[in-house]
Amino acid sequence: MRQTLAQKILQRHTDQPITADGQIVQCRVSLVLANDITAPLAIKSIRGMGVKKVFDKDKVALVCDHFTPNKDIDSAEQVKVVRDFAREMDITHYYEGGNVGVEHAILPEYGLVGPGDIIVGADSHTCTYGGLGAFATGLGSTDVAAAMALGETWFKVPETIRVNFTGKLPEHVGGKDLILFTIGQTGVAGALYKALEFGGEVIDDLSVEARMTMANMAIEAGGKAGLFAADGKTLEYCRAHGRDGDEPIAADPGAAYWKEMTFDVSSFSPQIACPHLPDNVKPVEEVSDVRVDQVVLGSCTNGRISDLREAAAIIKGRKVAKGVRFIVIPASPGAYSMALDEGLLRIFLDAGAIISPPTCGPCLGGHMGILAGGERCLATTNRNFKGRMGSLKSEVYLAGPAVAAATAVTGFITHPGKL
Amino acid sequence: MTFKGKTHVVGDHIDTDAIIPARFLVTADTAELGKNCFEGLEEGWVKRVTPGDILVAGENFGCGSSREHAPLAIIGAGMPVVLAKSYARIFYRNAFNMGLLLLELGDDIARIKDGDELEIDVAAGKIANLTSGETIGFNPVPKFMMDMLSGGGLVEYVKRKVAQ
Repeated sequence: MRQTLAQKILQRHTDQPITADGQIVQCRVSLVLANDITAPLAIKSIRGMGVKKVFDKDKVALVCDHFTPNKDIDSAEQVKVVRDFAREMDITHYYEGGNVGVEHAILPEYGLVGPGDIIVGADSHTCTYGGLGAFATGLGSTDVAAAMALGETWFKVPETIRVNFTGKLPEHVGGKDLILFTIGQTGVAGALYKALEFGGEVIDDLSVEARMTMANMAIEAGGKAGLFAADGKTLEYCRAHGRDGDEPIAADPGAAYWKEMTFDVSSFSPQIACPHLPDNVKPVEEVSDVRVDQVVLGSCTNGRISDLREAAAIIKGRKVAKGVRFIVIPASPGAYSMALDEGLLRIFLDAGAIISPPTCGPCLGGHMGILAGGERCLATTNRNFKGRMGSLKSEVYLAGPAVAAATAVTGFITHPGKL
Repeated sequence: MTFKGKTHVVGDHIDTDAIIPARFLVTADTAELGKNCFEGLEEGWVKRVTPGDILVAGENFGCGSSREHAPLAIIGAGMPVVLAKSYARIFYRNAFNMGLLLLELGDDIARIKDGDELEIDVAAGKIANLTSGETIGFNPVPKFMMDMLSGGGLVEYVKRKVAQ
Protein backbone atom coordinates (compact mmCIF):
# COMPACT_ATOMS: atom_id res chain seq x y z
CA MET A 1 0.00 0.00 0.00
CA ARG A 2 1.27 3.50 -0.83
CA GLN A 3 1.17 5.21 2.52
CA THR A 4 0.27 8.65 3.73
CA LEU A 5 2.63 10.10 6.31
CA ALA A 6 0.14 9.29 9.09
CA GLN A 7 -0.15 5.63 8.01
CA LYS A 8 3.61 5.29 7.61
CA ILE A 9 4.49 6.62 11.07
CA LEU A 10 1.73 4.71 12.85
CA GLN A 11 2.83 1.48 11.10
CA ARG A 12 6.34 1.89 12.51
CA HIS A 13 4.92 1.76 16.03
CA THR A 14 2.59 -1.20 15.78
CA ASP A 15 2.83 -4.88 14.83
CA GLN A 16 -0.73 -4.85 13.45
CA PRO A 17 -0.64 -4.44 9.64
CA ILE A 18 -2.35 -1.18 8.69
CA THR A 19 -4.50 -1.86 5.67
CA ALA A 20 -7.02 0.98 5.69
CA ASP A 21 -7.93 4.30 7.26
CA GLY A 22 -10.40 3.97 10.10
CA GLN A 23 -8.68 0.88 11.52
CA ILE A 24 -8.02 0.99 15.27
CA VAL A 25 -4.40 0.21 16.14
CA GLN A 26 -2.46 -0.03 19.37
CA CYS A 27 0.83 1.93 19.01
CA ARG A 28 3.97 2.24 21.10
CA VAL A 29 4.71 5.88 21.92
CA SER A 30 8.08 7.69 21.80
CA LEU A 31 7.28 10.38 24.37
CA VAL A 32 4.37 11.23 26.68
CA LEU A 33 3.79 14.84 27.74
CA ALA A 34 1.71 16.69 30.31
CA ASN A 35 1.73 20.21 31.76
CA ASP A 36 0.89 21.96 35.03
CA ILE A 37 -2.85 22.02 34.22
CA THR A 38 -3.24 18.51 32.81
CA ALA A 39 -0.61 16.55 34.77
CA PRO A 40 -2.42 16.77 38.14
CA LEU A 41 -5.44 15.00 36.61
CA ALA A 42 -3.15 12.46 34.90
CA ILE A 43 -1.44 11.80 38.23
CA LYS A 44 -4.81 11.31 39.91
CA SER A 45 -5.69 8.76 37.19
CA ILE A 46 -2.31 6.99 37.47
CA ARG A 47 -2.91 6.61 41.23
CA GLY A 48 -6.37 5.23 40.50
CA MET A 49 -4.86 2.73 38.06
CA GLY A 50 -2.64 1.43 40.83
CA VAL A 51 0.48 2.14 38.76
CA LYS A 52 3.68 2.31 40.78
CA LYS A 53 6.03 3.50 38.04
CA VAL A 54 5.89 4.99 34.56
CA PHE A 55 6.79 2.79 31.56
CA ASP A 56 10.07 4.65 30.97
CA LYS A 57 11.28 7.55 33.10
CA ASP A 58 13.23 8.96 30.11
CA LYS A 59 10.15 9.03 27.87
CA VAL A 60 7.85 11.17 30.00
CA ALA A 61 8.06 14.97 29.89
CA LEU A 62 6.36 17.14 32.52
CA VAL A 63 6.42 20.84 31.68
CA CYS A 64 5.03 23.43 34.10
CA ASP A 65 4.39 26.22 31.65
CA HIS A 66 0.77 27.35 31.71
CA PHE A 67 0.33 29.31 34.94
CA THR A 68 4.04 29.62 35.77
CA PRO A 69 5.76 31.47 37.33
CA ASN A 70 2.88 30.42 39.59
CA LYS A 71 0.18 33.05 39.43
CA ASP A 72 -1.60 32.21 42.67
CA ILE A 73 -1.74 29.71 45.53
CA ASP A 74 -3.91 27.20 43.67
CA SER A 75 -1.58 27.07 40.68
CA ALA A 76 1.43 26.76 43.01
CA GLU A 77 -0.27 23.77 44.67
CA GLN A 78 -0.84 22.16 41.27
CA VAL A 79 2.82 22.57 40.30
CA LYS A 80 3.79 21.07 43.65
CA VAL A 81 1.74 17.96 42.84
CA VAL A 82 3.58 17.63 39.53
CA ARG A 83 7.01 18.28 41.08
CA ASP A 84 6.47 15.69 43.83
CA PHE A 85 5.32 13.12 41.26
CA ALA A 86 8.36 13.83 39.05
CA ARG A 87 10.65 13.24 42.05
CA GLU A 88 8.84 10.09 43.11
CA MET A 89 8.99 8.60 39.58
CA ASP A 90 12.50 9.97 38.96
CA ILE A 91 11.28 11.63 35.74
CA THR A 92 14.27 12.79 33.67
CA HIS A 93 12.48 15.52 31.72
CA TYR A 94 10.83 17.65 34.38
CA TYR A 95 10.82 21.36 33.64
CA GLU A 96 10.07 24.19 36.04
CA GLY A 97 11.94 27.42 36.70
CA GLY A 98 14.90 28.52 34.59
CA ASN A 99 14.73 25.57 32.20
CA VAL A 100 11.04 25.93 31.45
CA GLY A 101 9.39 27.45 28.43
CA VAL A 102 6.21 26.76 26.51
CA GLU A 103 6.18 22.95 26.17
CA HIS A 104 5.93 22.83 22.38
CA ALA A 105 8.77 25.31 22.03
CA ILE A 106 11.19 23.58 24.41
CA LEU A 107 10.74 19.90 23.53
CA PRO A 108 12.08 20.38 19.95
CA GLU A 109 14.84 22.68 21.25
CA TYR A 110 15.88 20.08 23.83
CA GLY A 111 15.99 17.41 21.11
CA LEU A 112 13.24 15.29 22.71
CA VAL A 113 11.09 14.93 19.58
CA GLY A 114 12.02 14.02 16.01
CA PRO A 115 11.01 12.49 12.67
CA GLY A 116 9.00 9.26 12.77
CA ASP A 117 8.23 9.58 16.50
CA ILE A 118 4.78 9.22 18.03
CA ILE A 119 4.21 11.80 20.74
CA VAL A 120 1.05 12.02 22.82
CA GLY A 121 0.50 14.97 25.10
CA ALA A 122 -2.20 16.17 27.44
CA ASP A 123 -2.31 19.41 25.52
CA SER A 124 -4.15 19.97 22.28
CA HIS A 125 -1.20 21.74 20.63
CA THR A 126 0.95 18.62 20.89
CA CYS A 127 0.34 18.44 17.12
CA THR A 128 3.17 21.03 16.80
CA TYR A 129 5.80 18.27 16.42
CA GLY A 130 4.23 17.30 13.09
CA GLY A 131 6.45 20.11 11.81
CA LEU A 132 9.38 17.76 12.42
CA GLY A 133 7.77 14.76 10.73
CA ALA A 134 6.42 13.22 13.94
CA PHE A 135 2.89 11.90 14.46
CA ALA A 136 1.93 14.00 17.46
CA THR A 137 -1.49 14.54 18.91
CA GLY A 138 -3.31 15.84 21.96
CA LEU A 139 -5.16 13.55 24.34
CA GLY A 140 -6.85 14.05 27.67
CA SER A 141 -5.14 13.52 31.00
CA THR A 142 -6.40 9.99 31.57
CA ASP A 143 -5.43 8.80 28.09
CA VAL A 144 -2.00 10.29 28.79
CA ALA A 145 -1.91 8.58 32.19
CA ALA A 146 -2.59 5.26 30.46
CA ALA A 147 0.22 5.97 27.96
CA MET A 148 2.58 6.87 30.83
CA ALA A 149 1.73 3.56 32.48
CA LEU A 150 1.70 1.27 29.42
CA GLY A 151 3.94 3.04 26.88
CA GLU A 152 1.21 2.63 24.29
CA THR A 153 -2.16 4.00 23.26
CA TRP A 154 -4.84 3.33 20.64
CA PHE A 155 -5.44 5.37 17.50
CA LYS A 156 -7.99 5.26 14.76
CA VAL A 157 -5.86 5.54 11.61
CA PRO A 158 -6.97 8.93 10.29
CA GLU A 159 -7.96 9.81 6.76
CA THR A 160 -5.64 12.49 5.40
CA ILE A 161 -6.29 15.85 3.77
CA ARG A 162 -3.29 16.83 1.64
CA VAL A 163 -2.70 20.59 1.35
CA ASN A 164 -0.25 21.78 -1.31
CA PHE A 165 1.16 25.30 -1.51
CA THR A 166 2.63 26.54 -4.79
CA GLY A 167 4.02 29.84 -6.05
CA LYS A 168 6.22 32.33 -4.21
CA LEU A 169 5.55 33.73 -0.75
CA PRO A 170 5.22 37.54 -0.79
CA GLU A 171 7.13 39.63 1.75
CA HIS A 172 5.65 39.62 5.30
CA VAL A 173 3.67 36.43 4.60
CA GLY A 174 4.77 33.31 6.49
CA GLY A 175 3.75 30.04 8.11
CA LYS A 176 1.08 31.64 10.31
CA ASP A 177 -0.62 33.18 7.30
CA LEU A 178 -0.60 29.85 5.45
CA ILE A 179 -2.21 27.99 8.32
CA LEU A 180 -4.77 30.73 9.04
CA PHE A 181 -5.69 30.72 5.36
CA THR A 182 -6.04 26.93 5.43
CA ILE A 183 -8.31 27.02 8.50
CA GLY A 184 -10.35 29.74 6.79
CA GLN A 185 -10.87 27.33 3.90
CA THR A 186 -11.58 24.14 5.86
CA GLY A 187 -13.48 25.69 8.75
CA VAL A 188 -12.90 24.77 12.41
CA ALA A 189 -14.45 21.33 11.89
CA GLY A 190 -13.19 20.71 8.35
CA ALA A 191 -10.45 18.29 9.40
CA LEU A 192 -12.37 16.66 12.25
CA TYR A 193 -10.75 13.27 13.05
CA LYS A 194 -8.42 13.69 10.07
CA ALA A 195 -4.72 14.33 9.55
CA LEU A 196 -3.61 17.36 7.59
CA GLU A 197 -0.49 16.75 5.49
CA PHE A 198 1.27 19.79 4.03
CA GLY A 199 3.54 19.89 1.00
CA GLY A 200 4.50 21.70 -2.18
CA GLU A 201 7.38 23.98 -3.20
CA VAL A 202 6.45 26.66 -0.66
CA ILE A 203 6.67 24.13 2.18
CA ASP A 204 10.02 22.82 0.87
CA ASP A 205 11.41 26.35 1.22
CA LEU A 206 9.81 27.03 4.60
CA SER A 207 11.89 26.97 7.79
CA VAL A 208 11.37 24.17 10.30
CA GLU A 209 10.13 26.68 12.89
CA ALA A 210 7.51 27.98 10.43
CA ARG A 211 6.42 24.40 9.76
CA MET A 212 5.93 23.93 13.51
CA THR A 213 3.80 27.11 13.57
CA MET A 214 1.57 25.54 10.93
CA ALA A 215 1.42 22.05 12.46
CA ASN A 216 0.55 23.71 15.79
CA MET A 217 -2.79 24.98 14.49
CA ALA A 218 -3.95 21.76 12.77
CA ILE A 219 -6.17 21.28 15.84
CA GLU A 220 -7.89 24.57 15.03
CA ALA A 221 -9.24 22.88 11.89
CA GLY A 222 -10.34 19.96 14.09
CA GLY A 223 -7.35 17.89 12.92
CA LYS A 224 -5.77 15.00 14.75
CA ALA A 225 -2.30 15.83 13.39
CA GLY A 226 -0.60 18.35 11.10
CA LEU A 227 2.15 16.55 9.23
CA PHE A 228 5.22 17.59 7.27
CA ALA A 229 7.80 15.37 5.58
CA ALA A 230 11.17 15.33 7.36
CA ASP A 231 13.72 16.58 4.83
CA GLY A 232 17.30 17.88 4.88
CA LYS A 233 16.19 21.00 6.79
CA THR A 234 14.49 18.89 9.44
CA LEU A 235 17.55 16.70 9.93
CA GLU A 236 19.77 19.79 10.17
CA TYR A 237 17.42 21.23 12.83
CA CYS A 238 17.46 17.96 14.78
CA ARG A 239 21.27 17.71 14.67
CA ALA A 240 21.59 21.34 15.80
CA HIS A 241 19.43 20.43 18.80
CA GLY A 242 21.52 17.49 19.93
CA ARG A 243 19.90 14.55 18.15
CA ASP A 244 21.56 12.09 15.83
CA GLY A 245 20.42 9.07 13.87
CA ASP A 246 17.25 10.72 12.52
CA GLU A 247 16.21 9.79 9.01
CA PRO A 248 14.06 11.48 6.39
CA ILE A 249 10.44 10.39 6.16
CA ALA A 250 7.77 11.31 3.61
CA ALA A 251 4.45 10.09 2.26
CA ASP A 252 4.65 7.70 -0.70
CA PRO A 253 3.89 9.28 -4.08
CA GLY A 254 0.37 8.26 -5.06
CA ALA A 255 -0.84 7.69 -1.48
CA ALA A 256 -4.63 7.78 -1.16
CA TYR A 257 -5.89 11.04 0.30
CA TRP A 258 -9.40 11.73 1.50
CA LYS A 259 -9.14 15.12 -0.15
CA GLU A 260 -6.45 17.27 -1.80
CA MET A 261 -6.31 21.07 -1.83
CA THR A 262 -3.81 23.27 -3.68
CA PHE A 263 -3.29 26.98 -3.13
CA ASP A 264 -1.10 29.43 -5.04
CA VAL A 265 0.33 31.80 -2.43
CA SER A 266 1.85 34.36 -4.81
CA SER A 267 -0.87 36.95 -4.25
CA PHE A 268 -1.43 36.25 -0.53
CA SER A 269 -1.67 39.03 2.05
CA PRO A 270 -1.00 38.55 5.76
CA GLN A 271 -4.06 36.79 7.22
CA ILE A 272 -6.08 37.71 10.31
CA ALA A 273 -8.48 35.44 12.23
CA CYS A 274 -11.24 37.68 13.57
CA PRO A 275 -13.37 37.04 16.69
CA HIS A 276 -14.55 34.55 17.83
CA LEU A 277 -13.34 31.52 15.85
CA PRO A 278 -10.00 30.72 14.16
CA ASP A 279 -11.77 30.12 10.83
CA ASN A 280 -13.12 33.67 10.63
CA VAL A 281 -10.12 34.60 8.49
CA LYS A 282 -9.69 37.75 6.37
CA PRO A 283 -6.75 39.39 4.57
CA VAL A 284 -5.26 42.19 6.70
CA GLU A 285 -6.53 44.89 4.31
CA GLU A 286 -10.13 44.09 5.30
CA VAL A 287 -9.60 44.72 9.02
CA SER A 288 -7.07 47.53 8.97
CA ASP A 289 -9.32 50.02 10.72
CA VAL A 290 -9.64 47.90 13.86
CA ARG A 291 -8.16 49.57 16.96
CA VAL A 292 -6.41 47.44 19.61
CA ASP A 293 -5.56 47.87 23.31
CA GLN A 294 -3.01 45.09 23.50
CA VAL A 295 -0.66 43.10 21.27
CA VAL A 296 0.79 39.75 22.37
CA LEU A 297 3.82 38.21 20.67
CA GLY A 298 4.52 34.70 21.92
CA SER A 299 2.98 31.23 22.53
CA CYS A 300 3.65 27.73 21.18
CA THR A 301 2.50 29.05 17.81
CA ASN A 302 4.76 32.09 17.37
CA GLY A 303 7.15 32.61 20.29
CA ARG A 304 10.28 31.08 18.73
CA ILE A 305 13.46 32.96 17.90
CA SER A 306 12.51 33.34 14.22
CA ASP A 307 9.25 34.99 15.32
CA LEU A 308 11.07 37.38 17.66
CA ARG A 309 13.50 38.27 14.86
CA GLU A 310 10.67 38.93 12.42
CA ALA A 311 8.85 41.23 14.85
CA ALA A 312 12.03 43.02 15.97
CA ALA A 313 12.95 43.80 12.36
CA ILE A 314 9.62 45.62 11.97
CA ILE A 315 9.60 47.53 15.26
CA LYS A 316 13.31 48.48 15.29
CA GLY A 317 13.68 52.26 15.70
CA ARG A 318 9.90 52.67 16.13
CA LYS A 319 7.69 53.14 19.21
CA VAL A 320 4.66 51.28 20.52
CA ALA A 321 1.55 53.45 20.02
CA LYS A 322 0.33 55.42 23.04
CA GLY A 323 -2.25 53.47 24.99
CA VAL A 324 -1.20 50.08 23.57
CA ARG A 325 0.41 47.35 25.66
CA PHE A 326 2.85 45.29 23.59
CA ILE A 327 3.67 42.11 25.51
CA VAL A 328 6.60 40.06 24.20
CA ILE A 329 6.90 36.50 25.53
CA PRO A 330 9.89 34.49 24.30
CA ALA A 331 8.55 30.93 24.29
CA SER A 332 11.71 29.27 25.60
CA PRO A 333 14.86 30.04 27.58
CA GLY A 334 16.76 29.37 24.34
CA ALA A 335 14.79 31.95 22.39
CA TYR A 336 15.08 34.42 25.29
CA SER A 337 18.85 33.95 25.42
CA MET A 338 19.33 34.35 21.68
CA ALA A 339 17.08 37.43 21.67
CA LEU A 340 19.30 38.89 24.39
CA ASP A 341 22.54 38.13 22.53
CA GLU A 342 21.18 39.44 19.23
CA GLY A 343 20.00 42.71 20.76
CA LEU A 344 16.32 41.97 20.08
CA LEU A 345 15.27 42.55 23.69
CA ARG A 346 16.91 46.00 23.54
CA ILE A 347 14.92 46.75 20.39
CA PHE A 348 11.65 45.69 22.06
CA LEU A 349 12.43 47.59 25.29
CA ASP A 350 13.40 50.76 23.42
CA ALA A 351 10.14 50.53 21.50
CA GLY A 352 8.23 50.44 24.80
CA ALA A 353 7.31 46.75 24.91
CA ILE A 354 6.82 44.65 28.05
CA ILE A 355 9.00 41.51 28.17
CA SER A 356 7.57 38.51 30.01
CA PRO A 357 9.34 35.33 31.11
CA PRO A 358 8.55 32.27 28.97
CA THR A 359 4.98 31.10 29.79
CA CYS A 360 1.71 30.28 28.07
CA GLY A 361 0.38 33.21 30.13
CA PRO A 362 -2.28 35.29 28.40
CA CYS A 363 -2.87 32.95 25.44
CA LEU A 364 -5.37 30.92 27.49
CA GLY A 365 -6.35 33.77 29.81
CA GLY A 366 -3.98 32.55 32.53
CA HIS A 367 -2.00 35.63 33.48
CA MET A 368 0.51 38.22 32.11
CA GLY A 369 -2.03 40.19 30.09
CA ILE A 370 -5.69 39.45 30.81
CA LEU A 371 -8.29 41.56 28.98
CA ALA A 372 -11.06 43.67 30.53
CA GLY A 373 -14.56 43.92 29.07
CA GLY A 374 -14.56 45.86 25.81
CA GLU A 375 -10.81 45.46 25.29
CA ARG A 376 -9.33 44.11 22.09
CA CYS A 377 -6.07 42.25 21.52
CA LEU A 378 -4.14 41.21 18.45
CA ALA A 379 -2.10 38.13 19.30
CA THR A 380 0.24 35.69 17.57
CA THR A 381 -1.41 32.91 19.60
CA ASN A 382 -3.73 30.20 18.28
CA ARG A 383 -7.27 30.67 19.64
CA ASN A 384 -9.67 33.60 19.62
CA PHE A 385 -12.63 31.90 21.30
CA LYS A 386 -14.96 34.22 23.18
CA GLY A 387 -13.38 35.08 26.52
CA ARG A 388 -10.22 33.08 25.80
CA MET A 389 -7.90 35.89 26.98
CA GLY A 390 -10.10 37.33 29.72
CA SER A 391 -13.52 38.96 29.86
CA LEU A 392 -16.36 37.41 27.86
CA LYS A 393 -16.79 40.92 26.44
CA SER A 394 -13.18 41.13 25.14
CA GLU A 395 -11.98 40.28 21.62
CA VAL A 396 -8.91 38.53 20.20
CA TYR A 397 -7.61 38.76 16.63
CA LEU A 398 -4.94 36.26 15.51
CA ALA A 399 -2.02 37.10 13.21
CA GLY A 400 1.67 36.46 12.56
CA PRO A 401 4.64 38.25 14.18
CA ALA A 402 5.14 40.90 11.48
CA VAL A 403 1.52 42.09 11.68
CA ALA A 404 1.76 42.02 15.48
CA ALA A 405 4.77 44.36 15.49
CA ALA A 406 3.22 46.71 12.92
CA THR A 407 -0.05 46.77 14.88
CA ALA A 408 1.80 47.60 18.12
CA VAL A 409 3.32 50.63 16.35
CA THR A 410 0.10 52.10 14.96
CA GLY A 411 -2.49 50.85 17.46
CA PHE A 412 -4.62 49.61 14.53
CA ILE A 413 -4.37 46.25 12.76
CA THR A 414 -1.70 47.05 10.21
CA HIS A 415 0.00 45.51 7.18
CA PRO A 416 3.74 45.61 7.94
CA GLY A 417 4.41 46.88 4.42
CA LYS A 418 2.27 49.98 5.13
CA LEU A 419 4.47 51.38 7.94
CA MET B 1 -28.71 2.13 29.80
CA THR B 2 -31.56 4.66 29.84
CA PHE B 3 -31.85 8.36 30.63
CA LYS B 4 -34.78 10.68 31.16
CA GLY B 5 -34.51 14.43 31.55
CA LYS B 6 -35.03 17.95 30.31
CA THR B 7 -32.73 19.40 27.63
CA HIS B 8 -30.47 22.44 27.61
CA VAL B 9 -29.44 23.44 24.10
CA VAL B 10 -26.14 25.15 23.26
CA GLY B 11 -24.81 26.06 19.79
CA ASP B 12 -22.22 24.95 17.21
CA HIS B 13 -18.44 24.86 17.85
CA ILE B 14 -18.77 25.18 21.62
CA ASP B 15 -15.13 25.14 22.75
CA THR B 16 -13.67 23.86 25.99
CA ASP B 17 -12.90 27.43 27.12
CA ALA B 18 -16.67 28.01 26.99
CA ILE B 19 -17.36 24.78 28.90
CA ILE B 20 -14.82 25.57 31.61
CA PRO B 21 -12.61 28.70 31.33
CA ALA B 22 -8.89 28.35 32.12
CA ARG B 23 -9.16 30.36 35.34
CA PHE B 24 -11.13 27.47 36.88
CA LEU B 25 -8.50 24.86 35.98
CA VAL B 26 -6.82 25.09 39.36
CA THR B 27 -8.68 22.05 40.66
CA ALA B 28 -9.23 18.48 39.52
CA ASP B 29 -12.39 18.11 41.64
CA THR B 30 -15.47 17.13 39.60
CA ALA B 31 -18.07 18.83 41.84
CA GLU B 32 -16.00 22.02 42.03
CA LEU B 33 -15.58 22.12 38.23
CA GLY B 34 -19.31 21.47 37.85
CA LYS B 35 -20.13 24.71 39.71
CA ASN B 36 -18.49 26.67 36.88
CA CYS B 37 -19.75 24.61 33.96
CA PHE B 38 -20.39 26.84 30.90
CA GLU B 39 -19.20 29.92 32.79
CA GLY B 40 -17.34 30.74 29.54
CA LEU B 41 -20.61 30.76 27.64
CA GLU B 42 -22.73 32.79 30.00
CA GLU B 43 -22.28 33.82 33.63
CA GLY B 44 -24.28 31.59 35.94
CA TRP B 45 -25.34 29.25 33.08
CA VAL B 46 -25.21 26.17 35.32
CA LYS B 47 -28.00 27.46 37.61
CA ARG B 48 -30.59 26.18 35.09
CA VAL B 49 -29.48 22.56 35.50
CA THR B 50 -31.34 19.96 37.57
CA PRO B 51 -29.30 16.76 38.05
CA GLY B 52 -30.21 14.29 35.31
CA ASP B 53 -30.80 16.96 32.67
CA ILE B 54 -29.53 16.35 29.13
CA LEU B 55 -27.10 18.58 27.27
CA VAL B 56 -27.77 19.15 23.57
CA ALA B 57 -25.19 20.75 21.26
CA GLY B 58 -24.55 21.42 17.58
CA GLU B 59 -21.52 20.68 15.42
CA ASN B 60 -17.94 20.05 16.68
CA PHE B 61 -18.91 20.14 20.37
CA GLY B 62 -15.90 20.35 22.71
CA CYS B 63 -13.41 21.79 20.24
CA GLY B 64 -10.23 23.47 21.44
CA SER B 65 -8.04 22.40 24.32
CA SER B 66 -7.47 18.86 25.58
CA ARG B 67 -8.63 19.70 29.11
CA GLU B 68 -10.32 16.69 30.65
CA HIS B 69 -11.83 19.20 33.05
CA ALA B 70 -14.46 19.86 30.33
CA PRO B 71 -16.27 16.50 30.50
CA LEU B 72 -15.72 16.50 34.27
CA ALA B 73 -17.44 19.90 34.55
CA ILE B 74 -20.46 18.57 32.61
CA ILE B 75 -20.63 15.48 34.83
CA GLY B 76 -20.13 17.68 37.91
CA ALA B 77 -23.01 19.91 36.82
CA GLY B 78 -25.24 16.82 36.86
CA MET B 79 -25.60 16.07 33.15
CA PRO B 80 -24.77 12.38 32.45
CA VAL B 81 -25.29 12.39 28.69
CA VAL B 82 -24.70 14.75 25.76
CA LEU B 83 -26.44 14.74 22.38
CA ALA B 84 -24.75 16.64 19.54
CA LYS B 85 -24.57 16.88 15.78
CA SER B 86 -20.83 16.01 16.03
CA TYR B 87 -17.93 16.13 18.50
CA ALA B 88 -14.32 17.33 18.52
CA ARG B 89 -11.92 14.42 18.66
CA ILE B 90 -10.02 14.88 21.92
CA PHE B 91 -13.22 15.73 23.79
CA TYR B 92 -14.82 12.54 22.43
CA ARG B 93 -12.10 10.31 23.88
CA ASN B 94 -11.99 12.25 27.14
CA ALA B 95 -15.72 12.01 27.70
CA PHE B 96 -15.82 8.22 27.44
CA ASN B 97 -12.67 7.93 29.56
CA MET B 98 -14.39 9.98 32.25
CA GLY B 99 -17.70 8.12 32.02
CA LEU B 100 -19.71 10.78 30.16
CA LEU B 101 -21.87 9.28 27.40
CA LEU B 102 -21.91 11.08 24.05
CA LEU B 103 -24.44 10.32 21.33
CA GLU B 104 -24.00 11.58 17.78
CA LEU B 105 -27.26 12.60 16.08
CA GLY B 106 -26.12 14.35 12.90
CA ASP B 107 -28.83 16.57 11.36
CA ASP B 108 -31.52 15.01 13.57
CA ILE B 109 -30.21 17.21 16.37
CA ALA B 110 -32.50 19.94 14.94
CA ARG B 111 -35.49 17.88 16.10
CA ILE B 112 -34.68 18.63 19.72
CA LYS B 113 -35.49 22.02 21.25
CA ASP B 114 -34.44 23.66 24.48
CA GLY B 115 -36.57 22.42 27.37
CA ASP B 116 -37.82 19.26 25.61
CA GLU B 117 -38.35 16.18 27.81
CA LEU B 118 -36.44 13.19 26.41
CA GLU B 119 -36.27 9.51 27.17
CA ILE B 120 -33.11 7.83 25.80
CA ASP B 121 -32.68 4.10 25.35
CA VAL B 122 -29.02 3.55 24.45
CA ALA B 123 -29.24 -0.16 23.64
CA ALA B 124 -32.26 0.33 21.38
CA GLY B 125 -30.63 3.37 19.74
CA LYS B 126 -33.77 5.45 20.25
CA ILE B 127 -34.69 8.79 21.74
CA ALA B 128 -38.33 9.50 22.57
CA ASN B 129 -39.01 13.24 22.50
CA LEU B 130 -41.88 13.33 25.01
CA THR B 131 -42.53 17.00 24.26
CA SER B 132 -42.90 16.70 20.47
CA GLY B 133 -43.98 13.06 20.39
CA GLU B 134 -41.24 12.22 17.86
CA THR B 135 -38.88 9.26 18.01
CA ILE B 136 -35.30 9.87 16.91
CA GLY B 137 -32.68 7.22 16.08
CA PHE B 138 -28.94 7.69 16.46
CA ASN B 139 -25.65 6.12 15.29
CA PRO B 140 -24.68 3.31 17.64
CA VAL B 141 -21.78 4.08 19.95
CA PRO B 142 -18.68 2.19 18.67
CA LYS B 143 -18.36 -1.11 20.55
CA PHE B 144 -14.80 -0.22 21.53
CA MET B 145 -16.03 2.94 23.30
CA MET B 146 -19.06 1.25 24.86
CA ASP B 147 -16.85 -1.50 26.32
CA MET B 148 -14.63 1.19 27.80
CA LEU B 149 -17.63 2.95 29.33
CA SER B 150 -19.30 -0.17 30.71
CA GLY B 151 -15.95 -1.45 32.03
CA GLY B 152 -15.73 1.57 34.33
CA GLY B 153 -13.71 3.86 32.06
CA LEU B 154 -10.04 3.93 31.13
CA VAL B 155 -8.71 3.96 34.69
CA GLU B 156 -10.35 0.58 35.40
CA TYR B 157 -9.19 -0.75 32.01
CA VAL B 158 -5.53 0.05 32.75
CA LYS B 159 -5.88 -1.22 36.32
CA ARG B 160 -6.92 -4.62 34.97
CA LYS B 161 -4.13 -4.60 32.37
CA VAL B 162 -1.46 -3.65 34.95
CA ALA B 163 -2.70 -6.34 37.35
CA GLN B 164 -2.30 -9.07 34.68
